[in-house]
Amino acid sequence: MSQLKRTPLRDFHAAHGARLVDFAGWEMPVQYRSILEEHKAVRRAAGLFDVSHMGEVDVKGPDALRYLNHLVTNDVSKLFPGRVLYSPMCYPNGGVVDDLLVYMRAPEDYFLCINAGNIDKDVAWLLEQARGFNVTVTDRSADYALIAIQGPTAAAIVQSLTGAKLDRIGYYHFAEGTVAGVHCIISRTGYTGEDGFELYHAAGDAVALTEAVVKAGAAHGLELTGLGARDSLRLEAGYPLYGHEITADISPLTAGLGWTVKLDKDGGFIGRDALVAEKKNGAPNKVVFFKTGDRRIVRADTPVLGADGAVVGKVLSGTLSPILNEAIGSALVTTAAAGSPLAVDIRGTLLQLHLVKPPFVQLKKS
Amino acid sequence: MSSVPSDLRYAKSHEWLKPTGDGTATVGITDYAQNSLGDITYVQLPKAGATLAAGQVYGVVESVKAASDLYMPVAGTVLEVNAALDSAPETVNGAPYAGGWMLKVKLADPASVATLLDAAAYEKLID
Repeated sequence: MSQLKRTPLRDFHAAHGARLVDFAGWEMPVQYRSILEEHKAVRRAAGLFDVSHMGEVDVKGPDALRYLNHLVTNDVSKLFPGRVLYSPMCYPNGGVVDDLLVYMRAPEDYFLCINAGNIDKDVAWLLEQARGFNVTVTDRSADYALIAIQGPTAAAIVQSLTGAKLDRIGYYHFAEGTVAGVHCIISRTGYTGEDGFELYHAAGDAVALTEAVVKAGAAHGLELTGLGARDSLRLEAGYPLYGHEITADISPLTAGLGWTVKLDKDGGFIGRDALVAEKKNGAPNKVVFFKTGDRRIVRADTPVLGADGAVVGKVLSGTLSPILNEAIGSALVTTAAAGSPLAVDIRGTLLQLHLVKPPFVQLKKS
Repeated sequence: MSSVPSDLRYAKSHEWLKPTGDGTATVGITDYAQNSLGDITYVQLPKAGATLAAGQVYGVVESVKAASDLYMPVAGTVLEVNAALDSAPETVNGAPYAGGWMLKVKLADPASVATLLDAAAYEKLID
């Protein structure tokens, strides 16, 4: 087995009692104390996540805007310096290469945040597509550490460590500034459905910054939170996870991410023709979100049964919502079956799926 | 470090059994088991009256991570199950040897308890 990659905070996690697991080839904390308790701490106060395994890519040059708009489905031309955009990036057949955040620092100067498990694939794809564009694409993943402070008290915690005026940074905006003496990209983004910040910084500063945030957070109910809680928080918020709700075989339209697909933007984009056809002809499948009213977790790959008991799809993600105290999840089902009663068989018990338009819980985020 | 009380007997499948001396016993899962599973979200137990062989599956414990079968340490008949775990399965995490008990059973053969590991042998197993 190959050596797991480590973030600069790996020893910090171990010293704080984390259970470290292999996540996409990285040795990452899945939990410190309890996934359920960490989840609730983020909804109640705040949590601190190490997401340094995420990848970062610089895209610079005169054609940067035209190049990025050719690659992603959302409209990068809507960005201005300090603005962040979420977008899928598709293959020609409409399947998803990855979903990512695009940061505009200045004209001709963009920064991408991509999924850890997709870094090699994405960078190869980005370089391949760069031919014919006057851009430089640079993988900066090893240079950056990234921590996320998420929850209703996140802003108070980060504000206590910075002179930057956080109330001037709106949701999906960012600024560059100093937090606890560490230069950061201060991004008002996250993957929990709560207000919060993601702080990109030099890998060498990660331990000092994290220790400062933990110290400042003590008075605000901040807890260390692992990737287990991150997953249940994102599912409760209804956010897709690459490899589950969106994959090389599940397009953004099938996944219900139509709001991120700008079919009419200037210049077109990779996958446009396939997505236009999918929109026109209707997709054979769709991603739905469900809850069951029962505590038994409905796990990924569980077959979904239609009204007559025939298999009409499969579960993509499933967990227990620590807030609702019942199983929640997502499934890919045939479009024809999506309007009829759906069920799953959990160890001999038939559980009905109650379809829900996420988020599953009321979110306080701005 | 997992807690392994010296007055209990243990199965290699990480259940504990506490004989009560009158031919009955209490069964649960060990501290090591609950810690390995992580947050326990659901416990499925048999009905009172069920007669189960040694090694037979008597239920399922679910954590956020996975669902795992529960095995009878020795043969017996279920007298009572811990109904409190329906609404508070996390008790198994907090008190695996106390409030997190799962079954009270009538042993098919009280002598069968001797086939189980003692605390020292179980500690060696999980070391």
